[in-house]
Amino acid sequence: MSKVLDSLHWLIASAKGHEFLFKGITTLILASGSVLILIPFLYMISTSLKDPAQIRSDSSSLIPRKPKTAEINGNPEPLYEVTIDGQVHEYALIKNLPDGLGQFVDPTRPDIIHELRINNQRQLYRWDIHWGNYPEAINAMPFWRYLGNTLIVTFVGMVGMLFSCSLVAYGFSRFRARWLDLLFLLLLSTIMLPSQVRLIPVYILFQKLGWVDTLLPLIVPQFFANAYDVFLLRQFFMTIPLELDDAAKIDGANPLQILLYIILPQARPALVSVGIFHFLYAWNDFYEPLIFLHSRENWTLAVGLQTFDALYTVNTHLIMAISVLMIVPPVLLFFFSQKIFTQGVVFSGVKG
Amino acid sequence: MSFSSLPKMSLARREALAGYAFVVPWIIGFLIFTIGPMLASLYFSFTRYNIIDPPQWVGLANYERAFSGIWDAIRTGDSRQFGDPLFWKALQVTIYFASIALPLNLAVSFLLAVLLNQKVRGINLWRTIFFLPSIVTGVAVTLLWVRILNPRVGILNPFLKDVIGIQNPPGWLADPDWAVPALVIMSLWSVGSSMIIYLAGLQGVPTDLYDAAKVDGANAWQRFWNITFPMMTPVLFYNLVLGMIATFQYFTQVYVATSSSIAGLGSPQHSTLFYNIYLYQNAFRYFDMGYASTLAWILFIIVLSLTALIFRSSDAWVYYEGHLRGRI
Repeated sequence: MSKVLDSLHWLIASAKGHEFLFKGITTLILASGSVLILIPFLYMISTSLKDPAQIRSDSSSLIPRKPKTAEINGNPEPLYEVTIDGQVHEYALIKNLPDGLGQFVDPTRPDIIHELRINNQRQLYRWDIHWGNYPEAINAMPFWRYLGNTLIVTFVGMVGMLFSCSLVAYGFSRFRARWLDLLFLLLLSTIMLPSQVRLIPVYILFQKLGWVDTLLPLIVPQFFANAYDVFLLRQFFMTIPLELDDAAKIDGANPLQILLYIILPQARPALVSVGIFHFLYAWNDFYEPLIFLHSRENWTLAVGLQTFDALYTVNTHLIMAISVLMIVPPVLLFFFSQKIFTQGVVFSGVKG
Repeated sequence: MSFSSLPKMSLARREALAGYAFVVPWIIGFLIFTIGPMLASLYFSFTRYNIIDPPQWVGLANYERAFSGIWDAIRTGDSRQFGDPLFWKALQVTIYFASIALPLNLAVSFLLAVLLNQKVRGINLWRTIFFLPSIVTGVAVTLLWVRILNPRVGILNPFLKDVIGIQNPPGWLADPDWAVPALVIMSLWSVGSSMIIYLAGLQGVPTDLYDAAKVDGANAWQRFWNITFPMMTPVLFYNLVLGMIATFQYFTQVYVATSSSIAGLGSPQHSTLFYNIYLYQNAFRYFDMGYASTLAWILFIIVLSLTALIFRSSDAWVYYEGHLRGRI
């Protein structure tokens, strides 16, 4: 008892104790928060592997499973862990009775019937993983077509974004001119512009060009730079010492050569991080593909999955299987590039 | 492009020209995809336009349609007096969501960032986990949450019933009173993106400030309240402005959650008819581009005024290190 009091005293009175207590509480909050974050992911994965029958009857379980059964008089009956007089047996439930009671029998001796309250017994399950849900889901929709479209939009757009944003960020970080500062402010202010105010005329423009229902409206604008990525790259370019430019200038390099051979190689971490951000944006984007793509063969995964849900919403196992496939690339990318990620975020502005 | 072939220009002139040349892609994009369309949509907002026939000038008719009946509705307290009750419903839903989700998101992500800035074991693992949901936002995650929240087959209600002991858990997205709170829960799950911005800000707070405060005998709470919090107000400000704008553009989650239900977009009973959903309906379901442009411009003016309001108020509560330095 006194030991308990001693340690309590240590926790409350000493500075070390305070720190220990504080770290303990912090870890506890973080751990329970993590559980709340991870359970939906677990539910998604487990549901994608479940038998549809389980989703109807035993949906809240996080494990893909099936009731264990035993053959009694030729019929499969569910098995329970039954406690009788403090002893545990594996008995089968053969008949439901009124008032929550049931008739249980030992599968090896089905002639002796025990009447017990069903809720007091524990039903037994076995793992039942349906990998087949994945091929079934992929074949139920033009998955590869959607994936191809998504990859085209994502990567061609990324090339356009990197190309245009590098040029523009270079212009805004290395040159002095009367209107450049004003233009930069204008660029920044577009971050706060709600896209709806320009969306309708842009849609009409693409319609007149005959581009609606092609991937072009999702790709072409990327070649004209965007405020977010220009800002990010410019912040990074500013940290590259000017002496490097000057040395190259003395060697007779023109501004384009300086960008290509001095700035861009130095800025690789920033380029990779805006590339990753663009991947996440384009891969997950739903609003613009929904508006610009009308026919099935042009859809991206996001639109395809949403429509698949609208048609087959009861097939939860298939929809979760496609959902898992859709979140795998971003998650993998995140795990492989975590360091770049956090660096990129540090640059994304706060300090700007 | 050869710059040395322009010998007669002064160096400064040449530098300026090169600067402009490099930002040309953005200038062209700005003209074609931003300022041009903005002016065009302002024009369309005074027309009747269905894309097929040329736009027809109707003056202020679209604005009248949105705002008519407002005095009668206020006087009688009857929302049916509005010329376009759905416009007001959409505003109300959006503001209701914003008033719960924004403060909650700001507070939760800030507190998480403070915790994730502590030196505890496994900190990188915790950071990864909390950031994970914001990487996978969109359709897949919304479809997941629609199922988690489903009163019949979901896992949230069995949890509330069996573990917490709530006898009649709400129907969430199926219940007009609980649909918006359900969306708030979904948004709270993905606070990671604003959390990571706070975290970056926290790591930028100079440690000598804390050391100096420790020497002066400030305890942990005083250090938090007098150093961490003021230093973080610019980030709070940034997250508030961008969060407010994002709320007015809230779309994917609502579309995915409600478009496949029988009652359709914004269901049940228009309880999730967010402003952007209503705008989308008018533009791309009814092809009423004139009225949709009017809605877009009203949205723009609301967002602009709220942003200006937040900027105005920022003098009172946002602390910029540079200002203080300037005074000293």
